[in-house]
Amino acid sequence: MVIDKIKKVTVTDTKANTKASDMMVGKWIKCDNCKEILYKEDVRANFSVCPNCGKHFRLSSRRRIAQIIDEGTFEELNADLHTTDPIKFEGYLQKIKSLEEKTKIKEAVKTGIGKINGINVAIGVMDANFMMGSMGEVVGEKITRLIETAIEKHLPVIMFCASGGARMQEGMISLMQMAKTSAALSKLNKAGQLYISVFTDPTTGGVTASFASLGDVILAEPGALIGFAGPRVIEQTINQKLPEGFQRAEFLLEHGFVDRIVERKDMKNELFNILKLHNY
Amino acid sequence: MVNKMEEWDRVLEARKPERPKALDYINYIFTDFTEMHGDRYFGDDKAIIGGIAFFNDIPVTVIGEQKGKSTKENMQRNFGMPNPEGYRKALRLMKQAEKFNRPIITFIDTPGAYPGLGAEERGQGEAIARNLLEMSNLEVPIICVVIGEGSSGGALAIGVGDKILMLENSIYSVLSPEGFASILYKDSSLYKKAAKEMKITAKDLKKLGIIDEIIKEDNILENTKKVIAKNLKELLSLDKNKLVENRYQKYRNIGKGEENDIKG
Repeated sequence: MVIDKIKKVTVTDTKANTKASDMMVGKWIKCDNCKEILYKEDVRANFSVCPNCGKHFRLSSRRRIAQIIDEGTFEELNADLHTTDPIKFEGYLQKIKSLEEKTKIKEAVKTGIGKINGINVAIGVMDANFMMGSMGEVVGEKITRLIETAIEKHLPVIMFCASGGARMQEGMISLMQMAKTSAALSKLNKAGQLYISVFTDPTTGGVTASFASLGDVILAEPGALIGFAGPRVIEQTINQKLPEGFQRAEFLLEHGFVDRIVERKDMKNELFNILKLHNY
Repeated sequence: MVNKMEEWDRVLEARKPERPKALDYINYIFTDFTEMHGDRYFGDDKAIIGGIAFFNDIPVTVIGEQKGKSTKENMQRNFGMPNPEGYRKALRLMKQAEKFNRPIITFIDTPGAYPGLGAEERGQGEAIARNLLEMSNLEVPIICVVIGEGSSGGALAIGVGDKILMLENSIYSVLSPEGFASILYKDSSLYKKAAKEMKITAKDLKKLGIIDEIIKEDNILENTKKVIAKNLKELLSLDKNKLVENRYQKYRNIGKGEENDIKG
C-alpha cells in the first residue's frame, strides 16, 4: 500500500531538494530520495509523487492548480502585477525578467478564484521555481488582494505555501509583507470565512512566520520541510547535526503545529471535505 | 557630524554594547515599572521584558527586547534573541493591555528570533505569525521604537504598531548585512556594501514610508520620551475603530507592486 510506503519515507538529506524542473530532463528522472530511476510520465500520472518511495516532488503552481481546481474553472487574479524594485537593487529587475522567460511564470505566487468539486474558493499557490518562492511586494500584495476578494465575495481562502522566506532584494518592503498579509487574515477572521493553509516543501522564514502558520486548518504534504530558521542556520548556531526528520511535516504534526498530513493524491478530496464541514 | 556616518558605521553604533538597552529606556521614561513574567505555557524568556508602568500619569504596557551590556548579561538574555515563549509572553501582556485599555509601547533591539532546536520545536514561526495578526487588530494605541538592531521577523514580532519610531543610529533590516552579503553577493566581506544597498537606516526607511519618525540622539533617553509623549497624545485622540483601520491601511499600503510594464 502506498500509505505504508509513505510512512517509511525518511528524508534526511536537506541538500536533496533539487528543483523538480532540474530533475525532469528527458524521459527519465531519478528520485532524489530513493535514487530509483523513474519514467517521467509515471511520475506525472502519480501526482508528481515517486511511485517507489512516496517522495512528494516540488510542484509548479500551474500543475498544482490543475490537480486541485476543477478543470476550466480557474480565473487568475492580478496576473500582471510586478515589482517596483523598491530599494533599486542592482540587477534585480533583470533577474526577474530572465526568470519570467525561463519559468514562463511572472511571480512566486499565482492567485485566483476556482472551484473544488463545484465549491467556489479563493486560492493562492506559491511556486518555489520563482526565486525560491520568496515573498516580496508582489507576493504580499497578491495574497492580500486575494484575501480581500474572499471577504467581499464570501469565499474560503486556501493557500498552498512554498517559500524560502522574505525576498531579500526588496529589503524591508519584503519584511512588511508579513505584517500586511497577517493583518488581512485578521480581517478574514472577523468576516467569518475559513482559511486553510497547506505547507508544501519547503516553507521557511517569513512565510512560515506569517500567513502559512495562521490557518484555521493547517495541512501539510508528507516530508515537507517546514520551519522558521533554515536547517543550516540552526546547525551553525547550535554547532551540532540536526536529528533525523527535524523540521519535516511529521515533526510539526507531532509538535502540534499541523492538523493533518495529506498525501497529494488525496488533497483535493480532503479540501472538499473540510469545505463541506464548514458549510460551503 | 552624525550625518556623515556611513551606513556600516550606524550598524556598528546600533550594536554597541554600551548603547542604552530596553531597560535603560524603561527606567528613564516610565515610573513604577512592574515586570510580569512568563507566557503561561512554557516559560519565561529573558530576552523579552514586559510589564506595566506609568507614562506620566497613564498606565501603559511596556515590552522590550533586552540585550546585555556584558557577556554575562548577554548570556542571561540570550543576546536579545527571543524564543517563542518570549513572543507569547509579549502577546499575553498586549492582550491584557487591550482588556484594561492601556496603550502599548515596545522597544525593538534584536539580532533576530533565536534559530535554535527548541525554538523550532515550540513553533517560532507560529509565535511570530500570531503576534503579527493580533497586533494588527488590538484596540489600543501601539508605539514601537527601534532602539538598536531591528533584525527580521524577530523584530517585527513586537513591531506592528500605529507609530514606528527609530533612533537616528538604529537599523531595521530583513536580515543582517553580513548575511545579505554572503547570500546575494556570495562574499561576506562585502557587508559594508550590503549595509548601504539594503536601505536599513532610519533616514532610508523614513523615505520608504516604513517608519514614521526619527529620534535624534543628542539626548537619547529624553528625546525618546518626548517623541513617545507627542505620538501617544495624537493616538489617544483617535477612537478605536479609526485607530485599528488606520493601522490596517498603514501596512496595507506598503509595497503594492504595479500593473504596467516592467521598467529597467
